[in-house]
Amino acid sequence: MPLPPRDIIGILSDNLRLRKSVLPISTRSVTRWAQGLHLPRGGETVLYTGQMYQLIPYIERMVKLEEWLGDSRLAGLTGPGRRLNRVINLTAFMGRPGRQAQEGNDRVLRNVARLLQLAGVEFGYLYEDDLYSGALAHDLGADAAVTQQACRVQRVFKRHGVRNVITVDPHTTNMLRSVYPRLIADYGVNVRSYLEVLAEKELPIRAPISAEVVLHDSCVYARYEQVVQEPRELLRKAGVTIKELESAGRFTLCCGGPLESLYPRKAVAVAQKRVEQLRQVAPEAVTMCPLCQVNLRKASGGTLRVMDISEYLQRAHGDLSFPSV
Amino acid sequence: MSVRVQPGLAERVWSSAGLNASSCMNCGVCVATCPMGIELLPRRLFRYVLLGMEDRVVQETEAIFSCLLCKLCEVSCPGDVHIADNVRALRRYINEQWYAG
Repeated sequence: MPLPPRDIIGILSDNLRLRKSVLPISTRSVTRWAQGLHLPRGGETVLYTGQMYQLIPYIERMVKLEEWLGDSRLAGLTGPGRRLNRVINLTAFMGRPGRQAQEGNDRVLRNVARLLQLAGVEFGYLYEDDLYSGALAHDLGADAAVTQQACRVQRVFKRHGVRNVITVDPHTTNMLRSVYPRLIADYGVNVRSYLEVLAEKELPIRAPISAEVVLHDSCVYARYEQVVQEPRELLRKAGVTIKELESAGRFTLCCGGPLESLYPRKAVAVAQKRVEQLRQVAPEAVTMCPLCQVNLRKASGGTLRVMDISEYLQRAHGDLSFPSV
Repeated sequence: MSVRVQPGLAERVWSSAGLNASSCMNCGVCVATCPMGIELLPRRLFRYVLLGMEDRVVQETEAIFSCLLCKLCEVSCPGDVHIADNVRALRRYINEQWYAG
């Protein structure tokens, strides 16, 4: 049985308001991916993760906890839990995911940083100021908390002199590029996804990939931000053969991710439908959003190989000296 | 069955510029394409709001929060209704009026 949306939304938006993220995570967890990359702090152009990839293992834990609570007698205690969470960060008691759970997501971020470097893009990183964008709270209609967060992010950009932001995932791209300008006057930041930036560059090919894959477009990239051709161009240049679905590009089908926080079981049902479509076309699916990846992987139960696009690009263009954490 | 009508509900829900639920022509393309198969959203629900039927809206919070906001319906909408933004505004209204505290 799903937990009351009122309390889940309350806890997540209180966290954003009080602790700067829907699921507060340590600065170490946010910035670990950048260890050893020697990225300069701040600068006019920065790579901004918005914590999306780093949050995935924590979101998975939250969803498991919600499913367990929903089936237990404790389900009725979410109201008091919401009030208590304002004083004590209850989400911290979910525990920290193991290193292995975080490694895959960190690797995506390192892939992106290295690909940008190989393409000759100069950029810095904001480290502890790489704040969550508020994407989930925005979807849940917690507008006051989202506006407050947008103002925080803008202050960070101003303090570091940031004028150009390169984003890694569709949700942060949409928030920073399309939502924040509606919330903040004199925003003035140019936002582009790393896929858009890389698509304009010539990357040297070191090891072309001969895989046949099906591309799962993110709803947010395809229908909110019109990022459709860029991932296809990048994969084709890397040697990958893309087998297209009928429901691709602007007509892509959702992975179910937006329902995870309130109705996890409905989310799985949507993801299973999508997995079936993808499996009929190719045994390997490429994602470009951490939420899509985790949902499709979970729903496929191992019957479909689901990989982030950066893994293919890094394999084709990356170098062996790339440091591992 | 009597229905309580609250004039001005639509203005309170959709106060922001660009929210255009009243452009909905009630054609049903959105319902036909919805990956969740939600029959209520958006056209019937938008109609409830436009008619000021707040009780009906509140009864349907699960449907309102079950929308994926994926915009697949918007791609085919002949009225160019900003469906996802209108649904988000409904969520904001429910949070502020019914879920606060």
